[in-house]
Amino acid sequence: MSLLPDFAHWQQLDGVLAVVTAWLALGATGVFALRRFGFVTKVLFPLGGLLGLLLSGIALTAVFQEPATAVLPLGLPGLPFHLRLDGLSSFFLLVIGATGAGVSVYAAGYFGRGEGTPPGLICLEYHAFLATMALVVLADDAYVFMVAWETMALSSFFLVTANHRIPEIREAGYLYLLVAHIGAIAILLCFGVLQANTGDYTFANMRAQHLTSFWSSAAFLLALFGFGAKAGLLPLHVWLPEAHPAAPSPVSALMSGVMLKTAIYGILRVSFDLLQTQRWWWGVLMLALGLASALFGVVFAAAQVDMKRLLAYSSIENIGLLCAGIGLAVVFSSYGMKPLAALALTASLYHVASHAFFKSLLFLSTGSVLHATGERNLGRLGGLIRFTPWIAWVTLIGVLASAGLPPFSGFVSEWLLLQSFLFTPGLPDSFLNMLIPVVAALIALVAALAGYTMVKFFGIIFLGQPREEKLQRARDAGPWERGGMAWLVMGCIALGLQPEQFIQIIDPVTRLLVHAGLGDNVAGHGWLLVPVAVDRASYGPIIFLLGVAACFLLAFLVVRLLYHGRVRRAAPWDCGYPWQTARMQDTAEGFGQPIRQIFEPFFRMTRELPDPGDEAPRYHVTIADHFWHWLYLPIAAVVERAARLIGTLQQGRIAVYLLYSFITLLAMLVLVRS
Amino acid sequence: MNALAFASQALEILVALLLGPLLTGWVNQWRARLQNRTAPSLFLPFRTLHKLFIKEAVVAEHASPLFRAAPYIVFGCMVLACGIVPTLSTDLPLAPAADAIALVGLFALARVFISLAAMDIGTSFGTLGARREMLIGFLAEPALLMVLFSASLISKSTSLTTIVETLAHRELAIYPSLAFASVAFTMVSLAENARVPVDNPTTHLELTMIHEAMILEYSGRHLALIEWAASLKLFAYSCIGLALFFPWGVAEAQAPLALILALPVLVLKLAIGGIALAVFETVSAKMRIFRVPEFLAAAFLLAVIGMLVHILLGT
Repeated sequence: MSLLPDFAHWQQLDGVLAVVTAWLALGATGVFALRRFGFVTKVLFPLGGLLGLLLSGIALTAVFQEPATAVLPLGLPGLPFHLRLDGLSSFFLLVIGATGAGVSVYAAGYFGRGEGTPPGLICLEYHAFLATMALVVLADDAYVFMVAWETMALSSFFLVTANHRIPEIREAGYLYLLVAHIGAIAILLCFGVLQANTGDYTFANMRAQHLTSFWSSAAFLLALFGFGAKAGLLPLHVWLPEAHPAAPSPVSALMSGVMLKTAIYGILRVSFDLLQTQRWWWGVLMLALGLASALFGVVFAAAQVDMKRLLAYSSIENIGLLCAGIGLAVVFSSYGMKPLAALALTASLYHVASHAFFKSLLFLSTGSVLHATGERNLGRLGGLIRFTPWIAWVTLIGVLASAGLPPFSGFVSEWLLLQSFLFTPGLPDSFLNMLIPVVAALIALVAALAGYTMVKFFGIIFLGQPREEKLQRARDAGPWERGGMAWLVMGCIALGLQPEQFIQIIDPVTRLLVHAGLGDNVAGHGWLLVPVAVDRASYGPIIFLLGVAACFLLAFLVVRLLYHGRVRRAAPWDCGYPWQTARMQDTAEGFGQPIRQIFEPFFRMTRELPDPGDEAPRYHVTIADHFWHWLYLPIAAVVERAARLIGTLQQGRIAVYLLYSFITLLAMLVLVRS
Repeated sequence: MNALAFASQALEILVALLLGPLLTGWVNQWRARLQNRTAPSLFLPFRTLHKLFIKEAVVAEHASPLFRAAPYIVFGCMVLACGIVPTLSTDLPLAPAADAIALVGLFALARVFISLAAMDIGTSFGTLGARREMLIGFLAEPALLMVLFSASLISKSTSLTTIVETLAHRELAIYPSLAFASVAFTMVSLAENARVPVDNPTTHLELTMIHEAMILEYSGRHLALIEWAASLKLFAYSCIGLALFFPWGVAEAQAPLALILALPVLVLKLAIGGIALAVFETVSAKMRIFRVPEFLAAAFLLAVIGMLVHILLGT
């Protein structure tokens, strides 16, 4: 009998488990090579990337398979690990694997210079992070789910605080851990409600329960709160703009691109799979929360001056859009309008994949800019397209995808989302019908504002003149960093150009969740994406791209044929003003000024304006989040006061504590007697 | 798909390339007449383009390839936009590739590229223009989308050709939602085409210019392409307006006779629209830049109200 496992009969689930185990093993190897930079970064991280690629390959085949389950004899006695690989988890594994592959390859170049924590430890935390994210989506009972969820939070906490000698980073990490745990409590309670006093915490049991309207709503609200805290939905978003900039860039990329999506996975799993029926007001609540987050996120993103904070706020915006899409799917599903629910859900899932690629890419490029220049502040960057062209052009693709411009990936999800809103009239509730156009208008506004933000992001960093002397010595990204980013760029382009192929992957997922899919509608239209019928709506990204490219080339050739192609290089004209300096360009603050003015109620602004007679005039503006002042600081004050009250109990004298025990005993006796 | 469809597609793009600058010339001619100036020739825009193409392109020393590629990209976007909007016929092979939402995306793509190109040189005017253009864009884009949605709610489709076919075949009844949408659309297209109450195409006054501030650094063939693209944009917007609110006279599938008739109808409609624009630009004054967000927010709200009205009244 061979000791080797029977590879010939391996299912996808075994393959996924092997990848997870291999990731953990890579992490453990890192501990033994704690400070060997070369080995850790040039061997372990690329291997991790390869495993990510393998995982995405396995997941790609698993999407189309029947759900597979496994019970592992691990964990506490009597509580084995239940795992399940179905369409939904395969889809998210695909996203985790494909994004993780690019980020790992990039990390091989990025961590080459140390981040304050020994590279071996970072390797352990990083691979544990990847493995637990995969386990979260595999989990089929509340116990494994919570173990994986908490390990994911902890490993990412250690990654965020990799540069733990900087006080701000420690504070950011603490805030992140706090919010993550408040969320985890809500998730735990949600599972408690879902098991309906049966004491069996497997998801299979939860699916079988028929909860009353009250308890299912309670479970949904707890899930929304718990997963919303992880995803960064309003008002639990405050950790996101602190933690993302604090973390090393590959970690920010993974957190923003992938970890936030595990929260989306959780919301989908609970509201469509574990709960049997949906209520319409859940969807309206998600729509409202999602839109509030989206608008808030994009407005704040436009006003930021730190490039990673800008991206973090943009993540809040994207999560908000995702949440709005899921909310719409819930509304449709509660009225039994399955094809429309499938359309809204497809839009959301498409955005999950597309956001994972473009946001990871953008975070990675900020990492490269940071390494090349040592600057994160937009006010000290500029003109990098001339010194680091590689980073710049790669970022441009990410920026276009993120701004939701055709023919890149962001546009497809936006298009599908708007289509699902347009098909709405026909809901049985006239209040909802009225609400939908307003919501569609807000989504359009958010999408347009995202374009503004992204022009600011790209324009201030890469275009114009360098605002600092040292930028002219900036070095372009190294080969590993280039490789990682190139992979993600390909994802953005492929998702943008081949929507009809990717929707075939999403089709089994929506069939699982809402029992309808777009696959059949989409198939058989060649290069066109047709969600319902050609005369209703269609979009052909490849024809679109070819059209623009053909006009570009024709114009280029015809001008040279009929006229000439001469170019003369000269000093910039600038209306004949010769003393132009880099400081006369628009600053990041200046670019955000119209937004600050138009959306003034969103911000808590303090302005310091100079007097006309000032010798050394100084202009200073800071913007803060209202939620800190309205919500978090009052809560913190209440907690502190309560802690002080309880603190008076602690006298530090043994006699007093004995007295407490005595009183407790007396009270117990009285209670037991009666 | 047949030969006629491809012929009408090619004809449409060709007509757009020719009529675009003519429309600009026509509006300028009427503006001059209304302002008691001697009117320039109708073909002046073509002569200007010819002159610019002959001239050498002077590019700033540190301009990146993005700066040089942007005019071609913007031009390509606008040509494609003119090919998608049903100006002459609704039987267009390119039309299924982009519906109303993709058309708005196409305009946004052009806007983003021209703004980025404006920031590339790093002059104070360029970045200022880019910021203002994006400011107008993020308010005008959702408003335009809402206008198109009002029409697509009526036709239950976002495909522009279906919208035009449905609207052209309706009875002569006034849709209240379209009335709101038409006002909103007029406001949006004035803003998007840098026309008078928002921007002035003839100004070079630093405090007020938007579009001109962005293209200050361009010269020669690059400037020619941008100017041509701007006139194509005006043409495309006019045609969207005509297609939504006056869709009669556009040819449909398998109708060669109608295709031949469609051209004079289009020219007539554009001529009337051009005069209206010139009159409007002459009688109104340019507003302060800080008032522009209010103007566009009003357009946005009108468009949303239009959609709400449609849903309230039912179909």
